[in-house]
Amino acid sequence: MIRFENVSVRYEEDAEPTLRNVNLTVPEGELVLLVGPSGVGKSTLLGAVSGLVPHFTGGTLTGRVTVDGRDTRTHPPRELADLVGTVGQDPSAHFVTDTVEDELAYGMESLGLAPGVMRRRVEETLDLLGLAELRDRPIATLSGGQRQRVAIGSVLTPHPKVLVLDEPTSALDPSAAEDVLAVLQRLVHDLGTTVLLAEHRLERVVQYADQVLLLPDAVMGPPAEIMSVSPVHPPVVALGRLAGWDPLPLTVRDARRRAGELKAHLEGRFPNPAPPAFEARGSGGGAPGFGKGRDRGLSLFLRRRTRPTAPTTPTTPLANVTALGVRRGRVEALRRVDLQVAPGETVALMGRNGAGKSTLLSTLVGMIEPTAGTVRIAGLAPHSTAPRELIRQVGLVPQEPRDLLYADTVAAECAAADADAGATPGTCRALVEELLPGVADDTHPRDLSEGQRLALALAVVLTGRPPLLLLDEPTRGLDYAAKSRLVAHLRTLAADGHAIVLATHDVELAAELAHRVVIIADGEVVADGPTAEVVVSSPAFSPQVAKILAPQPWLTVEQVEAAL
Amino acid sequence: MSSASASASTGGTATAGGTASAGGTTPTPDVASASAGGTVTSSRRRGMFASSARGLFAAPEASRANALHAGAWWLWALGLAVAASRTTNPLLLGLLVGVAGYVVAARRTDAPWARSYGAFVKLGLFVVALRVVFSLLLGSPIPGEHELFTLPEVPLPDWAQGVRIGGRVTAEQLVFALYDGAKLATLLICVGAANALANPARLLKSLPGALYEVGVAVVVAMTFAPNMVADVVRLRTARRLRGRPTGGVRAVLQIGLPVLEGALERSIAVAASMDARGYGRTARVPASVRRTTNVLTLGGLLGVAAGSYGLLAAEGAGYGLPLLGAGLLAAMAGLRLGGRRTVRTRYRPDHWGARACLVAGSGVAVAVLMIWANAYAPEALHPGVVPLEAPELPLWPALSVLVGLVPAFVAPKPKEMV
Repeated sequence: MIRFENVSVRYEEDAEPTLRNVNLTVPEGELVLLVGPSGVGKSTLLGAVSGLVPHFTGGTLTGRVTVDGRDTRTHPPRELADLVGTVGQDPSAHFVTDTVEDELAYGMESLGLAPGVMRRRVEETLDLLGLAELRDRPIATLSGGQRQRVAIGSVLTPHPKVLVLDEPTSALDPSAAEDVLAVLQRLVHDLGTTVLLAEHRLERVVQYADQVLLLPDAVMGPPAEIMSVSPVHPPVVALGRLAGWDPLPLTVRDARRRAGELKAHLEGRFPNPAPPAFEARGSGGGAPGFGKGRDRGLSLFLRRRTRPTAPTTPTTPLANVTALGVRRGRVEALRRVDLQVAPGETVALMGRNGAGKSTLLSTLVGMIEPTAGTVRIAGLAPHSTAPRELIRQVGLVPQEPRDLLYADTVAAECAAADADAGATPGTCRALVEELLPGVADDTHPRDLSEGQRLALALAVVLTGRPPLLLLDEPTRGLDYAAKSRLVAHLRTLAADGHAIVLATHDVELAAELAHRVVIIADGEVVADGPTAEVVVSSPAFSPQVAKILAPQPWLTVEQVEAAL
Repeated sequence: MSSASASASTGGTATAGGTASAGGTTPTPDVASASAGGTVTSSRRRGMFASSARGLFAAPEASRANALHAGAWWLWALGLAVAASRTTNPLLLGLLVGVAGYVVAARRTDAPWARSYGAFVKLGLFVVALRVVFSLLLGSPIPGEHELFTLPEVPLPDWAQGVRIGGRVTAEQLVFALYDGAKLATLLICVGAANALANPARLLKSLPGALYEVGVAVVVAMTFAPNMVADVVRLRTARRLRGRPTGGVRAVLQIGLPVLEGALERSIAVAASMDARGYGRTARVPASVRRTTNVLTLGGLLGVAAGSYGLLAAEGAGYGLPLLGAGLLAAMAGLRLGGRRTVRTRYRPDHWGARACLVAGSGVAVAVLMIWANAYAPEALHPGVVPLEAPELPLWPALSVLVGLVPAFVAPKPKEMV
């Protein structure tokens, strides 16, 4: 169905090619998952299938790409529109019309299908994706998961033979992601659609894949085979590799069947480093457990690391939120929210898209004024504190880190950050050097990768040395390597006594980092407790290792590895 | 988020456009008959008649299937605007604004484009204020006797004769400026009403095929304004995170570049998506057809240009009209032929039904009646400024303005918000 013959893509004359001599054949009706670290050309490969590379993006493509016998060299994207449906990373950038129903019909209108056929297919697609309730809604009013489903629906209606998706579940909460993936599986099974998708969150998708394509080497094979050699892999695979299971299990279910021996072996042992929650509640830092040499990133921080010698006595919480209510127009975004965060504590906010996580974070930094209740950060009310004063108390890395970056070079950005925070010149630059070694001064922030940009924004925020650090959805678009670097940085910060609050959909991240998990639903706190307890009690938020080894209290592969 | 205003009920959509006036054959819509059921009061026979009549004529709940043609709303609003341009009577203008506002309040949905009405009203008020301020500062040719006060006058050199800054301010001149500003404001508010009531994208569906793609480009471009405003708000609040003040000119200047970059990136992403979804696919047409299209369109446009020149110029009124007509015909034929190149079809275009006729007709009627009123009651429509007179509300023109309320009763009613 899709055939790449000796394909190379380079965007600039003298630059390294993004793809090099890729040869592959994707048979009809397969769901192929594209894996690989950031920047190996996953998006480029996807773009080459739909013809957007190079027709739209520029650059030179050598070799030949054919889709169902059509050569992309002679067929621009619009001539492939009836054959290939493409959804990019950001569904909002995908929409041409303004209501759901029109959006579903847009592609068919361009292809000139008969009105009767269009009507029938729109109705079918509304049912297939569970969008019937939303058909007349303006797209601007939809949530992230709904938008993603509309975007997929809008490319499904012309009945393409090939569906190309770039990170379809990154921005979604776990259950919305499962909805989308269930739809994809149904397409593959019922309609024989060929699906090619790239995704960083492998724990969500790898079990659905028929084949896995590993970049940059462009090796394709059955998922178990590829996962056993892949540098990026979900926790279930990591556990399987650790335990030496063969064939490698890809689903929690398969792994659980094999886990009897491992569980027996682990019986009587306890996670060490102990689940941070058990020791850190209110005490002031989960540092003692982290000297085990598991964190490669640690060495970078030796200079600044002040190891708390004795657990400090429970102090007044750094952030104190009581009975907080926030209204936006007629929508109550938050209702009677209580939250305390102690120094050195890491708290994960979880909950579905639109539950109010970002609103809570914005309230903590004073971007939103509370309509009821009080918010105190180190005794200050954030919304009425001068910004210059506030950044020494609390810092937020927003969902889109580039919102924080105004300057056109890294050096200028750092200088500005020093000036803003009143820090000694060079403070920010030194932080960047720690978080992001080897970035040149004159790099434009926009040329950085997603993970690098996050690190730069983090450095900018940390320049003010705020005791309370907030992160909104920090792992979106990060590969496993970038994510583990981030985890290492954040652990060091927590060990330094920073309190960290992160809003995330990434259950694995929460399991690795958080001492405490707070689940928000519909603007209210529905669960608040130690990570191990909260996460294990709700299947949607529990990490893979916890599901496999339940009822034993293991959350991460790292803990298991340390115990063995 | 509450459910959408106009969620489709695929079932009871009996009175879709054309069937509304088709006598007793139309099945009674469930909603209307249910509500009418409770109102049967007097004699049984009359009650039954009333219920079926109300069932037929009461406005149905809006859904995609019975959506009013966007063109009908625009015609209605333009009709009101024409009427507004024909009078300076503030009472009549106020009545026009009231009529437009009532219809908007009764029939607008909760969609984002429907919220623009408030902005237009504010713009209207701003225009009035601006007009008055200019009149205060620059004076006015209106002679007046009721001097209110005198502003210090800026001495200007000889060559600027006829221009005055400051000076005498008379009541007449202020009233004139007020009337004039009110007229402009009413025009703006009428346009705002059309904007709030009709989805701009739906209007596109009625464009000839050859123009559709240009239209899509225009609409996509227009959606960038709200997106950019959202970006500005987001980035300004984000400045707080850097410890910088969020207000002030400096804030806006510093985020200018990031906002523009964001808009550019988004437009490229949308363009890529549109390309990948078949935007701009063309059918192969014979070269002869292509050439004919070009000749017809270009020739037609030339004809239109020459014809309108002929009409406007002092001489040549004789050839102006026929040339204009021929040019229009040729251009339309060219567009039609050009439409053959596009392969696109239309998904559920809005139908022009009886309700659309009523809505558009009411607007046209207001315009026509007002023009006619200019013939029979010119003084009442243009209350005197010199000498000052209190404006009166003339009966018949006022009644004719009220015709514009028809849409508030016949247009499909948006679903109640929860």
